[in-house]
Amino acid sequence: MMDDKKPESNERQAAGEKGGQAMGNDPNGIQVDTEPGATALKCTDLLGIEYLDVEDINLILDTAEHFKEISQRPIKKVPALRGKTIVNIFFEPSTRTRTSFEIAAKRLSADAQSISASTSSLVKGETLVDTALNIEAMYPDLIVMRHSRPGAAHLYARHTSARVINAGDGGHEHPTQALLDALTIRDHKGKFEGLRVAIIGDIAHSRVARSNIHCLNKLGAQVVVAAPPTFLPLDVESLGVEAHHRLEPAIEGADVVMALRIQLERGGKLSFPSQREYFSLFGLTRERLSITAEDSIVMHPGPMNRGVEIASDVADGPTSVILDQVRNGLAVRMAVLYLLAGSSKDVETAA
Amino acid sequence: MSRLLLKGGRIVDPSQKLDQVWDLLINDDRIEAVGKDLPQDSDTEVIDLAGKVVAPGFVDMHVHLREPGFEYKETVASGTAAAAAGGFTGVACMPNTDPVNDNRAVTELILERASDEGTVAVYPIGAVSVGSKGEEMAEIGDLVDAGCVAVSDDGHPVATSFLMRRALEYTKMFGIPVIDHCEDLSLTAKSSMHEGTASTRLGLRGHPSAAEEIIVGRDVILAELTGGHLHCAHLSTAGALRQVREAKRRDLAVTCEVTPHHFTLIDEAVSGFDTNTKMSPPLRGPEDLDAVLAAFADGTVDVIATDHAPHHADEKNVEYDIAMPGIIGLETAVPLACEHLVHTGVIDVSRLVELFSINPCRILGIAGGTLEAGAPANVTVLDLDRQASIDISASLSKSQNSPFDGMLLRGWPAATIYSGKIVWRSDT
Repeated sequence: MMDDKKPESNERQAAGEKGGQAMGNDPNGIQVDTEPGATALKCTDLLGIEYLDVEDINLILDTAEHFKEISQRPIKKVPALRGKTIVNIFFEPSTRTRTSFEIAAKRLSADAQSISASTSSLVKGETLVDTALNIEAMYPDLIVMRHSRPGAAHLYARHTSARVINAGDGGHEHPTQALLDALTIRDHKGKFEGLRVAIIGDIAHSRVARSNIHCLNKLGAQVVVAAPPTFLPLDVESLGVEAHHRLEPAIEGADVVMALRIQLERGGKLSFPSQREYFSLFGLTRERLSITAEDSIVMHPGPMNRGVEIASDVADGPTSVILDQVRNGLAVRMAVLYLLAGSSKDVETAA
Repeated sequence: MSRLLLKGGRIVDPSQKLDQVWDLLINDDRIEAVGKDLPQDSDTEVIDLAGKVVAPGFVDMHVHLREPGFEYKETVASGTAAAAAGGFTGVACMPNTDPVNDNRAVTELILERASDEGTVAVYPIGAVSVGSKGEEMAEIGDLVDAGCVAVSDDGHPVATSFLMRRALEYTKMFGIPVIDHCEDLSLTAKSSMHEGTASTRLGLRGHPSAAEEIIVGRDVILAELTGGHLHCAHLSTAGALRQVREAKRRDLAVTCEVTPHHFTLIDEAVSGFDTNTKMSPPLRGPEDLDAVLAAFADGTVDVIATDHAPHHADEKNVEYDIAMPGIIGLETAVPLACEHLVHTGVIDVSRLVELFSINPCRILGIAGGTLEAGAPANVTVLDLDRQASIDISASLSKSQNSPFDGMLLRGWPAATIYSGKIVWRSDT
């Protein structure tokens, strides 16, 4: 029965309808050094980590590794995506992710245009599908979209021939965040196998948690979550995690501790009585973190609520890699834009 | 006087404990006789139904015809045409129209449309409360007098325990059921799918089984208190069916229905965010599907009802959690039931006829549900062996919102006879 109604976008991803090979190594001096055979993504849109295999994830991370260096050049620009049009559509406010995608596009010489909810026709009642069709008429190559509703990127992808990158769809997925987190973990730990990664906070409403759980599981790490039961979705273990209702058993011996933002705007109603009580039970403090593994690192996807999910001395302390995450975000987004734009149809015909 | 002889079909009529390859003779709008080798004169039109099942007319007791107010989704004309094509000789239509069917004028309008443009019988269901707002009781006596066969605030639950109590008490005067859409809204705010492993993965807000079970519990307790007739609409969870089973064991006046999508699909179907998988109540988990099938087998379920809920394509071609809930079901119910309940051995053909015909007629207190001499000539003919795929684009409904398009199923309606006339016949 279920087989009869495969998700359309998955089918298309599998069949590669938007199809085509990646450019492979770029003529502009960017050597993408990857394992044989893994020079092109098998997906045509980046809708979620759930739909990627480990080969695709590693290709993105390896490509990002090469892009890091560009941002340290005196002239921080390569012509890799010259002539490509990228439209960033942010239906939900975002500073970090949006800026990161915009700068990533500019470093690759793409023409990028950003639209935010306050200036878009959305406030005039236009449907998402109509927005997609109108932008489609302007021949974009890549769409980066952030939306408050799960599955919105899937819907958009069904109505455009451009590649769609999900920059966060409600509580569903935020794939580039998970990829930049993975790159940061790899930088510091050199591996994923055998690592214990604890994710602390509002798992139920967090796209960051979902994408990270999928990504880290695929890469071979062990994921542990801890939160008040009101922040754990039903049957959370089905995602492939160990779940705890107290902080200590989750972070004991952990190599990586990731605090999630408490999203008061996303249905925190009746989930915990006060920020004070949340901090006393789940806030990351230096004292609490003493039971983690030696050389453990602390991560946070931002924006932080200091003194709620994380103490300032931890956020700014020696074990914090929070700004590395932001730096890697740029490299990962350059890699994703590059790999997806590189596989578009008009490039094939022009080449 | 025109006569119609249905010859050599397998007559399945549990109201007479009948399952025989016999003939059925219709005289004008009434059944004249059922028996072996019935005589025919030269005026009699004869239809050879060898190999087909001949059953009392099927009635879908949970349909949204959308008229008045939402004619862009469905009308009495289009909805009853779809019903005939699905093997139904009658439909009961829910009151959540615009205006709500909470007064005689709306009921009369629906019945007038049915009489002028309808293909099959239409049985209006009136609102429990004025505007289905859950505050004052509607004029239920006047609604019944105008032709309503039950009351419901469908789309919403009956809002409070107090109103439900009063409705169950008051309707005893008229012998009609109170049909409740069982959902505790405080547990389902912003939800768009079942709360389970799939919602955990997809990040969509979940509607817990408890939301349905709490209101079923409330309603059963009030049915016991009042002695009124409670009919639970579209039950979908193991816990809800368990409570109905227990209520029946205790001889309470409690009946229930299940939709075809709840005995065929589970929440995993939501995975690609196809909005045609969005329903209210939502598609449930695999353990609920097992419980639903068990409840069909042991007699807990009284009725298969479609909750036929047409919506315009624009209302479905949006983000999942703002899409309108519901699917059309009139033309897919019978093949889904044949394939998933009869051919799998969960139930036999007699029980299928009880679920589609005898029980809905009994619960609503309407004529039908039998092929006895003198009964209205409403007959559903089935071809249990016909295999075909669902083609939603060929639907007679105004809307095409269905997750079943393209599904290959065995067992289809072959003809629909309403009031002695063949109102629909399969091409094949």
